[in-house]
Amino acid sequence: MDFGLSEDQLLLEQTVRGFLADQVAIERVRDQRQKAGSKSCPNDRAIWSQLAELGIAGIVVPEEQGGSGLGLLDAVIVSQALGHAVTPTPFLATAVMAPTALEAVGGKLAEDWLAGIASGELVVGVAVTELFSVREDAGVRLRPGRQDGKLDGKAIMALDAFGADRLLVALDATTLALVDASAPGLEKTRLLTVDATRCTAELSFDGVDPLAVFEGAGAAIARMLEAGRIALAADTLGACESMVEQAVAYAKDRKQFDRVIGSFQAVKHMCAEMIAEVEPARSLLWYAAHAFDGVPDESPWMSCHALAHIAEIGREIASVSTQVHGGIGWTDEQNLHFWFKRIANARHLLGGPELLRARAADLQGLVPAA
Amino acid sequence: MDLEFDARYDAFREQVREFLAHNKPGGAIGMAEGRAEHRIQWLSLLIEHGYWARTIPKEYGGYGAEPDLLETVIMDEEFNKAGVPRGMMAQGPSMLVPTLLTHGSEEQRERWIAPTMRGEVMWCQGYSEPGSGSDLASLQTAAREDGDDFLINGQKIWTSGADQSDMCFILVRTEPDAKKHEGISYILLPMDTPGIEVQPLRTMSGDIGDNSFNQVLFSDVRVPKANVVGARGEGWKIANTTLKHERSSLNANAEGTWMRLARLMKKETINGVPAIASPVYRDRLMRLQARALSMKHHGMRMLTCNLKGESSGVAGLIVKLQNCQLSFDMSALAIDVMGELGALYDHTKYERERGYWQAHSMFSLGLIIGGGTAQIQKNIIAERGLGLPREPKPAKA
Repeated sequence: MDFGLSEDQLLLEQTVRGFLADQVAIERVRDQRQKAGSKSCPNDRAIWSQLAELGIAGIVVPEEQGGSGLGLLDAVIVSQALGHAVTPTPFLATAVMAPTALEAVGGKLAEDWLAGIASGELVVGVAVTELFSVREDAGVRLRPGRQDGKLDGKAIMALDAFGADRLLVALDATTLALVDASAPGLEKTRLLTVDATRCTAELSFDGVDPLAVFEGAGAAIARMLEAGRIALAADTLGACESMVEQAVAYAKDRKQFDRVIGSFQAVKHMCAEMIAEVEPARSLLWYAAHAFDGVPDESPWMSCHALAHIAEIGREIASVSTQVHGGIGWTDEQNLHFWFKRIANARHLLGGPELLRARAADLQGLVPAA
Repeated sequence: MDLEFDARYDAFREQVREFLAHNKPGGAIGMAEGRAEHRIQWLSLLIEHGYWARTIPKEYGGYGAEPDLLETVIMDEEFNKAGVPRGMMAQGPSMLVPTLLTHGSEEQRERWIAPTMRGEVMWCQGYSEPGSGSDLASLQTAAREDGDDFLINGQKIWTSGADQSDMCFILVRTEPDAKKHEGISYILLPMDTPGIEVQPLRTMSGDIGDNSFNQVLFSDVRVPKANVVGARGEGWKIANTTLKHERSSLNANAEGTWMRLARLMKKETINGVPAIASPVYRDRLMRLQARALSMKHHGMRMLTCNLKGESSGVAGLIVKLQNCQLSFDMSALAIDVMGELGALYDHTKYERERGYWQAHSMFSLGLIIGGGTAQIQKNIIAERGLGLPREPKPAKA
């Protein structure tokens, strides 16, 4: 019995966090925001190449395709570190979601993509929003008539898709299309959110030829969503950890009424409440990742719970940490808002808490037939 | 991550199951009430087989096994499943005995540990006073020297089971001139000593009996100096060992409570529809499930730290705070689901589950306060866990 991270996993955590602390200081994130503006993707390709050299891009890609062949718990460790450093990378879509689906569907094309992902050459975006939340009449459809097979329609809030080379598009819960991002008839529009560290886009399809369409890919799509939800929860939890650390450091430093503010119980209790949420959430997250790797019966609803719960504590921690900082926490200069906004944007990306809890109840058979 | 038990534990589990299959008592064993003979027999049988007092040395009446946390987990799981108490949830075994094992004299250990574990001697804890709750070290109950004895005068409060106890482990001020924390001694006091008056203190849940609360008045109560545990003036340090035992014994079974709540919501109907069919109630149930699962797996993580002999750090300090609040919040949803009938109590018509959830709610509230209030827990988390500074003392007026 050993509920915790292995020696190798602790080393991985140390390596990635060390690299990010060294290479992606918050000033670099600020620069990246400036460079990207509203017209391009904020993902940092240079950092992504370096992370690929560390084996991060191919962390869950099988060894046969040049990846590290590790489990989701290992990916969670990386995702947490990226959230902690608010690093703009396509990790979620490219290194977690796409490989999970590609490995499940299999075949030559999927294997080529997997190899490209592992080497860091291919960035893959995913469009899945319409599986759980259709707004603005979005949705991508196969043009009727089997021989034709062109794609029409639009997908919104597609993840890491704006600067991507390839795209995975879920047409419905069981159909997955593989698309070249430069295919004629495809138009990408950056959808700017509050979060300057994550790339979301609209994809418009007007008679686009897909490279492949997999029907009966329900299991692949479901697993991709589970993995994505757990990894996104890890990203938010990592951001929470950093916000608690920053609040505690500030409370130890800032003086008012001739005392450091951390000696006031009102402030002290805010910090205690934050860490009291972070620690059990980490245990839940570890178990959810473990379930994805080894307890597949529980994984579908456990992944919903992990993301919903961490989204909830995330909103609270983002607010409380900012309040511990007082007025300065509310300024652009203090940088704390990068974490606040990363948490805020992530909250609904793969299903918001209400939606995820409804799904978790349904998957456990807790919703009686009407 | 490896959530499997090693193979040698399977054999141990089998052995526990076998014992329970052969020895499970027919009737209920009221572990908390009186000094019933059948309870003493049951505890003695458990000690003989090593399911109670397992790691207490043989010379003090225990089974003498090496400590093994997984064995403890397995025993708890199997006894829970069989619905049989594994020993006695009382302050003697859970708090006094560990203290005596660490700080007691040879004579004190030989005299008290065995009968305490067998349930022959019942103990209460004399710590809190009307003027000393969270600030326990400010306690004023005084022990004045009188030859080879102390004479105790003062008052204790929140004394669970004082009316049913033979003995009290009590904190008193023996060194009035020493500093606050250095003037306290830990004394073993027979409750039949003249000058002790026990007054029942009814709690908000009205449950006298099993969970009896009392205040205890001491007027020239004579106790030999030999009854001090450890050295005079070391009582505060010794009591802190005991408090740690109290906090770590508050390991609520959050998942079990959640399952009971889910069962209630399937059964309870509103306008002919089960409560669980309501998306509003169901969403609350799911929020609680996520918290219950968090605390369940957090418990596994803490267990792993213990197994490896590693400190769990701040992650361990948050357990009492979270479990007690979660317990309260689960009963709150249960009561809401029962609606206007949720307030029924004391075996009234239409009452659900014999008033379990109201009692559970009020008991949980007591746990949020008792054993270090939620606010004291937050101070501990912030100061010991996060390294924030203590509140400066106000300047003397």
